[in-house]
This record gives sequence, C-alpha cells and structure tokens, in this order.
Amino acid sequence: MSDIITLSTRSEIRPANSDITFEDHMDHIKARWGVNRSSHRVEPGLYALGSPAPDSQVLVTANYTLSFDKLRSSLKGIDCYILVLDTRGINVWCAAGKGTFGTGELVHRIKTTGLYDVVNHRILILPQLGATGVAAHEVKQQSGFKVEYGPVRAEDLPEYLKTHKADPEMREVHFTLPDRFVLIPVDFVKVLLPMILAAFLLLLVGESLMAAGIVSAVLAGAVLFPILLPWLPTTDFSSKGFILGGLVALIFAAFSFFGQASGWLRAGWVLIYMLVLPPITAYLALNFTGSTTFTSVTGVRREIFTYVPVMGYMFGSGVLLLIILTLITIFGGL
Amino acid sequence: MFNSYESNTLEYDPELCINCGMCSIVCPHGVFSPNEKVARLVDPGSCMECGACQLNCPTGAISVDSGVGCAYAMILAALKGTEEVSCGGDDSSCCK
Repeated sequence: MSDIITLSTRSEIRPANSDITFEDHMDHIKARWGVNRSSHRVEPGLYALGSPAPDSQVLVTANYTLSFDKLRSSLKGIDCYILVLDTRGINVWCAAGKGTFGTGELVHRIKTTGLYDVVNHRILILPQLGATGVAAHEVKQQSGFKVEYGPVRAEDLPEYLKTHKADPEMREVHFTLPDRFVLIPVDFVKVLLPMILAAFLLLLVGESLMAAGIVSAVLAGAVLFPILLPWLPTTDFSSKGFILGGLVALIFAAFSFFGQASGWLRAGWVLIYMLVLPPITAYLALNFTGSTTFTSVTGVRREIFTYVPVMGYMFGSGVLLLIILTLITIFGGL
Repeated sequence: MFNSYESNTLEYDPELCINCGMCSIVCPHGVFSPNEKVARLVDPGSCMECGACQLNCPTGAISVDSGVGCAYAMILAALKGTEEVSCGGDDSSCCK
C-alpha cells in the first residue's frame, strides 16, 4: 500500500539513451545559429539512462538540449539517472551565473521527482561549472544530498566516474579554437541585419567602398576576432579589436586614397575609414567577453569605461564626416 | 596599459579556512590549491569573479564581487537603468 502511495506522488521517470539522432543534430545546428533561441528545451525532471538500479549514480544538468545531449552522449554504456533542472533552456554555466541552475531549483527538483525513493544513496554529481549557482553545503542541509562536483567537460565523466576524483586538467576550463568557433554564428546572426541595412543605405548613396568597409569591419569583429583571440596583441578585448579593426580600416583607407582625385577629399576619406571602422570591430570584440569563461566583471567594467567613450567619439565623428563628404560629393561642391 | 584584468575583487581569509577543499574543486582557473592546513591562494590574477568559491565556502572565508563578465549584458543593463546584470534573459538572452 505504501509503495503505491510513494509511486503515485513520484513524478514519472523518462527513458533516455546516449544516441544523438539526425533530429538532435538539426536541433543543435539551430541552437548554434540562434533559431528559436529559447525553444531548445528538455522537459525538466528525472531520466533513466540505460537501465539504472537504486545504487546507480545521479548526474545533474540543465534543460538546454545541447547540455542534456552532451551529457547523455558522453555516458555511453553507463546506466545512471539524469536529473534535469529547469534552467529555461539555458546552459549550465550561464544558468548558474543567473541562479536558475541553483540551490533552490536543485532542492525543489530533488523533492518533486521523488528521488529519495528512486535511489538508495544520497549523492549527486553536478557539472563543475554549475558551482557558480549551487552551494553544496546548503543542498546537503536542505535535502540531505551530498553534492559532488564532477569535471568541467562531460567527456571526462567516464574517467571521473571510475575514481570520483578529477585531476587538475579536468577542473580547468579551456577556450580552444573549436570552442570559440562554435560561438561565432550566434553572435553573427545578431549583427547581420544592422550590417545589411547599413551597407544597403551606403550603396543607395553610391558609397560602395564604404559599404564593403562596414561589412568587413563587422566580419572582422564577429567572425575573425573569436578565431584570432589568443594571437592578437594586448590583453583587453577592446584594444585587440581596435588593432584588428585598424588593420581592416588601413586597407580601405589605402584603396580610397588611391581612388580619389582631389588631395583634400583623399585626406577626408582616409580619416573617415580610420574613424568609422575600428570602433565597429572593437565594440563587437568587447561584446565577445560574454562568450568567454575567463573575463572578470571588474575587468569588463573597466574596459567599458575606458574604451566605449572612445568608440563612441570615433564612430560619431567619423559618421558626421561621412555625411558631410557624401553630401559634398552628391551636390558636386568640389 | 591595455590590461583591465590585472586586479579583481577576490579576497581570502585563511584564518577562517577549515580546509574542506571546495574552493580548489570548484574553481575552473586553479586560483586556489589544496594544502596541508588551509587552502592556498596560488593564482589570484586568473580569477574571473564567477563566485563559485565564495558560494561553496561553508565558513565565508572567501569574498568576491561576483557577476557576469559580459560587456553586452552590462551595457544593456546600463542603458535600461537596471541594477541586475545577468545572462540568459527570457527573450533577448546574450548567452546560451
């Protein structure tokens, strides 16, 4: 009788496997490109991977499809439970920063899934990057479950599960070229529309070289910058961006310099390219701080105060000069 | 020059440390290292102020002004005039 009561108060345990299907791959591609951003969700709750027993491990993750799929595909051949927290379709790291992957939600999810009756132990394995939102000692106090922080990357889990010890390498975040590469599309789609609009407007007024310049500066900031990050000189993202944007601007300034008739106009256009393009790249570079796992709030705040005014003044005066010179060119003042 | 990340708000009081080892476990940048009696602050310069060590320190030996080191979110918050800076808003989230 008591069994029936426990079972009825316990929410269902959903089956899961380690296979990534074609549909999963399509979903991942859409997520990376920012298509229906908040819809890449897994139903929160308890999942059974393979055929777990009461003494099987319980691993905790976020309800973002990329997080859940990464976890289950890394656990091939391992029978265990996966406890999915409701992070509103956001990955572990970002959700932990926001607090949705947090102590409160974890304790709540332990209770609503009836985990106490499913397993005969009181240990949960959390991704290390979830620690920003979860206080292990408070979870223990509020639920009786001991939180164990596993490795940063899910692919190290099979190794970790053998000893429940993570070596320093497993505890360290990386930001490799592939890591940075997959982040490019989601930022790129955000700047795509403004970029096309600006280029279109410039083409309308006959400034095709400037249109190409704008497109190049945006591509440099959104695509080239994440790739080149570790190799660009200086530490600050803004200064790295100014260097990269400056190089792009130099190319266009040179083109413009040799393409203009009047010496007066030449100087003006060189100035416009050098003023307008670098801040675009630098601004996008600065925004990439949010995609990394190593920039501190203090540092980013300092960067904003140091560089954003410079970006604003450069861009503003450059655009003003551009409008003046374009008007002069159109109305044939010179 | 051109390094805004030289200093941060991380503070550690070894007097309060009970050597539970949590800070060394949760830090993804090896800022703390386990030691015989108390945790050792070995690389404070690498701290990204995520706050995981502070949150998981049971004795409050660590303090850090933690938050999201994301310029986009910070500029957006400044423009909107809101105090809270965080990633993953419900509609226009900056990170996923």
